[in-house]
Amino acid sequence: MCAASHVTFFFLKRYRAGGGEDMGTVLDIKIKRANKVYKEGELLSGVVVVVSKDTVQHQGIFLTMEGSVSLQLSAKSVGVFEAFYNSVKPIQIISNTVEMVKPGKLPSGKTEIPFEFPLIVKSNKVLYETYHGVFVNIQYTLRCDMKRSLLAKDLTKNCEFIIHSQPQKGKQSPSPVDFTITPETLQNVKERASLPRFLIRGHLDSSNCVITQPLTGELMVETSEVAIKSIELQLVRVETCGCAEGYARDATEIQNIQIAEGDVCRGLPIPIYMVFPRLFTCPTLETTNFKIEFEVNIVVVLQDDHLITENFPLKLYRL
Amino acid sequence: MTAGAIGGHVTTDHPESIFSPCLHDNCTCHVILIIIILRHSRERDYSEELESCSLEKIPVEFGDYHPLKTITVTESKTKKLGRKESTSSTSSSCSSNSVADPLSSVLDGTDPLSLFAATAETVAATTEVSRKKRDQEEYIGSDFEPWSSKRGEILARYTTTEKLSINLFMGSDRGKTTTPGSAVSEKVRTRLEELDDLEEGSQKELLNLTQQDYISRIEELNQSLKDAWASDQKVKALKIVIQCSKLLSDTSVIKFYPSKFVLITDILDTFGKLVYERILSMCMDNKTALPANFTPDNVNDTAKETCLNWFYKIASIRELVPRFYVEAAILKCNKYLSKTGISESLPRLTSMIKGIGDPLVSVYARAYLCRVGMEVAPHIKENLNQNFFDFLLTFKQIHSDTVQNQLAVQAVEIPIYLTLYSPAIDWMLRCIAYRAPDSLLTEMMERCKKLGNNALLLNSVMSAFRAEFIAARSMSFIGMIKECDEAGFPKHLLFRSLGLNLALADPPENDRLQILNEAWKVITKLKVPEDYINCAEVWVEYTCRHFTKREVNTILADVIKHMTPDRAFEEAYPQLQSVITKVIAHFHDFSVLFSVEKFLPFMDMFQKESVRVEVCKCIMEAFIKHQQEVTKDPVILNALLHVCKTMHDSVNALSLEDEKRTLAHLINGFIRLVSFGRDFEQQLSFYVEARALFCNLEPVLVQLIHSVNLLAMETKKVMKGNHSRKTASFVRACVAFCFITIPSLTSIFTRLNLYLHSGQVALANQCLSQADAFFRAAVSLVPEVPKTINIDGKMRSSEAFLLEFLSNLFSTLLVVPDHPEQGVLFLVRGLLNVIENYTWEDNSDDKVRIYTSVLHLLAALSQESYLYHIDKVDSNDNLYGGDTKFLAEINKLCDTLIGQILEHLKVLGKEKTLKRQSSLALLFFNTILAHGDLRNNKLNQLAVNLWNLAQKHGYADTKTMVKTLEYIKKRSKQSDSSHLGDLANRLPLQSRT
Repeated sequence: MCAASHVTFFFLKRYRAGGGEDMGTVLDIKIKRANKVYKEGELLSGVVVVVSKDTVQHQGIFLTMEGSVSLQLSAKSVGVFEAFYNSVKPIQIISNTVEMVKPGKLPSGKTEIPFEFPLIVKSNKVLYETYHGVFVNIQYTLRCDMKRSLLAKDLTKNCEFIIHSQPQKGKQSPSPVDFTITPETLQNVKERASLPRFLIRGHLDSSNCVITQPLTGELMVETSEVAIKSIELQLVRVETCGCAEGYARDATEIQNIQIAEGDVCRGLPIPIYMVFPRLFTCPTLETTNFKIEFEVNIVVVLQDDHLITENFPLKLYRL
Repeated sequence: MTAGAIGGHVTTDHPESIFSPCLHDNCTCHVILIIIILRHSRERDYSEELESCSLEKIPVEFGDYHPLKTITVTESKTKKLGRKESTSSTSSSCSSNSVADPLSSVLDGTDPLSLFAATAETVAATTEVSRKKRDQEEYIGSDFEPWSSKRGEILARYTTTEKLSINLFMGSDRGKTTTPGSAVSEKVRTRLEELDDLEEGSQKELLNLTQQDYISRIEELNQSLKDAWASDQKVKALKIVIQCSKLLSDTSVIKFYPSKFVLITDILDTFGKLVYERILSMCMDNKTALPANFTPDNVNDTAKETCLNWFYKIASIRELVPRFYVEAAILKCNKYLSKTGISESLPRLTSMIKGIGDPLVSVYARAYLCRVGMEVAPHIKENLNQNFFDFLLTFKQIHSDTVQNQLAVQAVEIPIYLTLYSPAIDWMLRCIAYRAPDSLLTEMMERCKKLGNNALLLNSVMSAFRAEFIAARSMSFIGMIKECDEAGFPKHLLFRSLGLNLALADPPENDRLQILNEAWKVITKLKVPEDYINCAEVWVEYTCRHFTKREVNTILADVIKHMTPDRAFEEAYPQLQSVITKVIAHFHDFSVLFSVEKFLPFMDMFQKESVRVEVCKCIMEAFIKHQQEVTKDPVILNALLHVCKTMHDSVNALSLEDEKRTLAHLINGFIRLVSFGRDFEQQLSFYVEARALFCNLEPVLVQLIHSVNLLAMETKKVMKGNHSRKTASFVRACVAFCFITIPSLTSIFTRLNLYLHSGQVALANQCLSQADAFFRAAVSLVPEVPKTINIDGKMRSSEAFLLEFLSNLFSTLLVVPDHPEQGVLFLVRGLLNVIENYTWEDNSDDKVRIYTSVLHLLAALSQESYLYHIDKVDSNDNLYGGDTKFLAEINKLCDTLIGQILEHLKVLGKEKTLKRQSSLALLFFNTILAHGDLRNNKLNQLAVNLWNLAQKHGYADTKTMVKTLEYIKKRSKQSDSSHLGDLANRLPLQSRT
C-alpha cells in the first residue's frame, strides 16, 4: 500500500537541529562536501559556525567524531525481555575529540571555525560503510559541544556524515541468473493440482551487483491461465547478529518495487529494474560479530491472490 | 460648407440705418457701448480676394526635390547605400531634402539581390545569439501543434455522466511501518512520524463525484501542490503528485479516462516545472543564473545532490504507474546530472511501460512520454518510434479477456471504447510524423497494415500524418478503409478523417473524381443522420475545391435528402451551417451560386430563426466581400432580397442595437451593389421596394434616401443639367420619395441633415417648391431638437450639433430664392424665430454664436453678387437686384441681432462671467472687422468699445490680441483700407501684468 516506501524520506530532514541553539546563539556544523560522503583515508573537513547577536562566553568548544556499529537482537529470536535488556554493546569503530577553541569569548555575529579529521583507524579496525538497518546500524557522527558556565546550558550539535567503504579488491565477474517459474518449480505448495498453469521465464543480468548500479534483468510471462495482478521486486536485507554462542538472523523488507501492473501482455519481455536505496543498502558485509546480506524476491500476484515468490541472493559491492 | 465660409461683404451705397441705444454697464463698466449698424460693410471683391489669398505659384525646376516628381535613377550615389544603411530602413529618407528617393534608392544601380546578399552577412553576424533558438526550432517549430490545443479538445470530447471517485492515501505508509512486530529502529520511526504529521494519516476517499466535482477536486489538488511547494513542504507535494498519478491506473469510469489523463498530467507538468526551477534556483552562484544551454559541469554540488535525491526518491516509489509518471515529469532534471541522462532515461522509461497491463493505461503512458520527450529532447526520435512499435506489439491486448470483462462490467461498447484510444495514438503518431521523412511514414503505414489494417490505427494515421502525404495516397487509403477490419471502429470516422486531409491537401488530379465517388458511395449509405452529416460536412470542402456547381448541387441534394426526414436537420445546425459557409467560401460568383438549384432549398432547412439569420449574415458578408461590381442580375437580386428580408424580419423589440447595426450594415452593402445602369426608373422602383421591405431598420432607410438623392444627381449629370420634361418629373419623384421617407426616422439630427441634404439636391435639380418644403420642414423641426442626445451610450448636450447644423443650413439659405408668396427672407426670419424661442442651455453662448453666424449670412445676402450660385437657380441677388427695400429689410434684421448680442454681453457682465464676455466680445469684434464697413464712425466706435471690453478684465489672450492688431495694420496698407490704420491707433493693447 505504501506509495513511497519509507526508506527514502531521509533527505529532507535528516539533520534536524539537535538542540544546537539557545537564545539567539546558533551552533551548526557544515561539512565541506555537499553529499557528506567520505572514504577511509580521506580528510573530513568543514566548519563549525556560531551565529550570535551578542558576544558568546564559553568554556571551550569541542568537536567529536564517532563511528559505531549498534546491534540489536530481535524479539523473535531471543525473546522480548532479552531483546530489551540484552542489547549487544555497540562496537566502536572510530572516536576522536579535539578542543577547537579554548575557553573565552566569541565575538558577536557569525564565527566560522574550520576543522579537519583524517579518517584513519587503528590497524585492526575497518571503516564499514554507513548502513541504516533494523538490527544493525552503522553510523558516523560529528558532535560539537560548546561548554558554558553554570548559568547557561551547554550547546550541542550533531551531524551525521557518510562513509563509503573502499572499493572491493579483485574484479567481480557478472554472474547472470536465468530462471523459470512454473507450478512444478514451486516449493511450499500444499495442493499442487489446484494451481493454475503458468510459465514465467526471465533472467537477472547479474547477482553480483555494484551498489551504485541498478539491478537489471528481464521477465516474460509466457502463459498464465489466471490473469496477473501485479509483479513486484522485493528487496530484503538479512541481518545476522551474534557470535559463536548464539546468533539471530532476521530478514526484513527494505523496499518493494512494482514492475508490472495488471494482466500484462504474454510473451512481452518486461524490464526488471531496481535502484538500490542509499543508506539502507551497503556492500554485503561479513564480520565476526554481525553480517549484512541482501536478497531479492520476484513476487508474482495472480488475480485470484495466489502469490508466487522466487528468491535470489545478491552480493552487493562497491566499485 | 458653414456660414463662416461666407465672405460677408456689404456694399456701402445703402442708406444708413442708425440704431443706437445706449447700453450702460451699470455694474463694473462705465464704458458706453454705442451701437451701430452693420450696414456699413466694407466693399469686397470675392474673386480678387481669392486670388490674393492663394499661394504663390512657383515653377518647379528640373532636378529640384519634389515629392510628386517622377523617380529619376541617378547613378552617382550607388555605393553610398552601405549595408548598414540598407538595413536601417528607408522610411525616413522620404522627408529628407536629399535626392535620395526611397523608391529610386532601391533601383540605384546595385541590383536588389546582391544588396540583399550583402546585408545578409551582417545580419548573420548580429544574429549569432539567436542561432541557438533556431537550433531548437530545427527540431520543433511553430508548426508543431502544441499539446495545449489537443488538451481542450480531449476535455470537451471525453465526458461522462457517471459518478467518479478519488482515492487518496496520504501518509498511509505510516500505518505500515509501525505495525507491531516490525522492529523499525527508533530513529527511523521518529523520522517518519515527523514526515507524516504533515498529513496525519489522512486517507480520503471521495465517492460519487460528478464530473464537474471531479475536475474541481483535481484543480484543488493542483493548487494544494503549489501551496505545499511554496510553503516548503516538498514531501507533501511529492505525495500529492504520487497520489494523483496513481489515479491514472484506475480505469473504473473508462469513458472519462482521456480527460482524467489530461487533468492529471497538468498536475505532473506543474510538478516537473517546480522541481526543475527549484534546482535551477539552487544553481544560482553569486547571483548569476545558469546559461540557457548549461552542461552538468556548471551545476554545483548541492544542486546535483538535491537533484539526485529526487531521482532516488522517485525510484523507490512502490507502484509502477506513479513511478513512471513522476519520473517522466521530472525527466528534464536529468540535464543537471549528466549530458546523456535524458537519452538514457527515455528508452528505459519506454520499456518500463511494457509492465503496464491495461492497454488503455499503457497507451496513455506512452503518449505522455512522447509528449515529455518532444518537449525536453525533440532531437531524440528513436524513442518515439520505439513507443509506437511497442504499442503495436501489445495491440492485441485491446481485445483480451480482461478488457472485455471490464467493458462488460461498465457497459461500454467496443466502438466507444476504441475511440478512447484515438487521442493517445494520434498524439504519438503526430510526434513521430512531425518533420519525418516520407519513408518513415510509409514504414509506419506498412506496420499498421500488417496488423490487419486495423481501423483504429488507420484513423490515427490519417489524423496524425501530413495531409499532403495522405492526399497523395488517397486511393490506396480508400482501398484500405474499404477492406479494413472494422473491429468495432466506425467506418464513417475513417472517411471523415480522410476528408479532413483532402480539405487541406490536394490529391493527384486524375484520382479526384474517383475519390469523391468512392467516398460518397459510402457516406450516402450512412443511416444515422448525425454520422452522415459529420462526414458530409467534411467532404463538402473537397467537392467545392475541385468540382463544379453540378457536383456541389448533387451533394447538397443528397444532404437535403438525408437530413429532411424526421426533421433531422434540427440536430445538425452547426454542421449544416458549416456546409453553407464552405460553399460560399468557394463560390465567389453569386450568379453561379444561386444557379445551384439546391442552394435555396438547402437554406430552407435552417428553420430556427437565429441560425437562419446567422446563415443569411454569412451570405451577405460573402457577397459584400466578393462582389466586385454592381449587379442587376435578377436571380441574385431576388435571392438576396429574400435573404435580406429574412435578416430584417428577425429584428424585433428585443434585438440589440449592435445586432441591428450589423444587419443594417449588411443590407446597406447589398443596396449599394445594386445598379440598373441607365435604367433609372427601375433603380428607383428597386429602392421603393427595398423601403417597403426594410422599413424597420433606420440605417437602411437613411441609405435609401442617400441612394435616391444620388440617383437624382446622376440623372442631372446624364442630362448635363438640362432636365427634359420626363427627367424633371422623375427627379421630382425622387425628391418626393425622400420627402415622405424622412419623417419616418426617429433621430432628429438624422432627419435635419437629410432634409437639408435632400433640399440641396432638390434645389440643384430646380425643384424650387420642393426644396422650399424641405427647408421649411427642417426649420419647423428645430424646436423639437432634444436638449441631450445619446452618443456612444453617453448623454451629451445637443447644442454643438445644433450649432453645426444651423451653420450648415445658413450657408445653403444664401442661395435659396425667396418664395414669391411669402415675405422677404421668409426662411431666415422663420429660423430666427425658432432660435429665439428655443430653450438654450442656461450658461451657454451658443445662441449668440448663431446670431453672429446669421450676421455673416446677412452680410453675404446684402452683396450685389453672391459668393456662389446654383446652376439654373436665380438667387435673391438676381431676384431683387440690390433693391433698397430688400436691403432695408436686411438692415433691420441686423440691428435687432446686434441689439440682442449686446444685451447678452451686458448680462454676462452682470453675472460676472467675464471670461465668456471677453471671448464673445472678441468674436463680435472680429465679425465687424471682417464684414463691417469701419469707415462708418459709429461702427468704428462699436468696434473700439468691443476691443476694450474684451481686454477689460484681463481675460483676453494677449497673443491673439497682438495678432489681431498686426492683421489690422497689415490690412490698412491695402488700398481702400487706410481707415483701418486709424482704427488700429485707437486700439490699445493691454499689457498683462
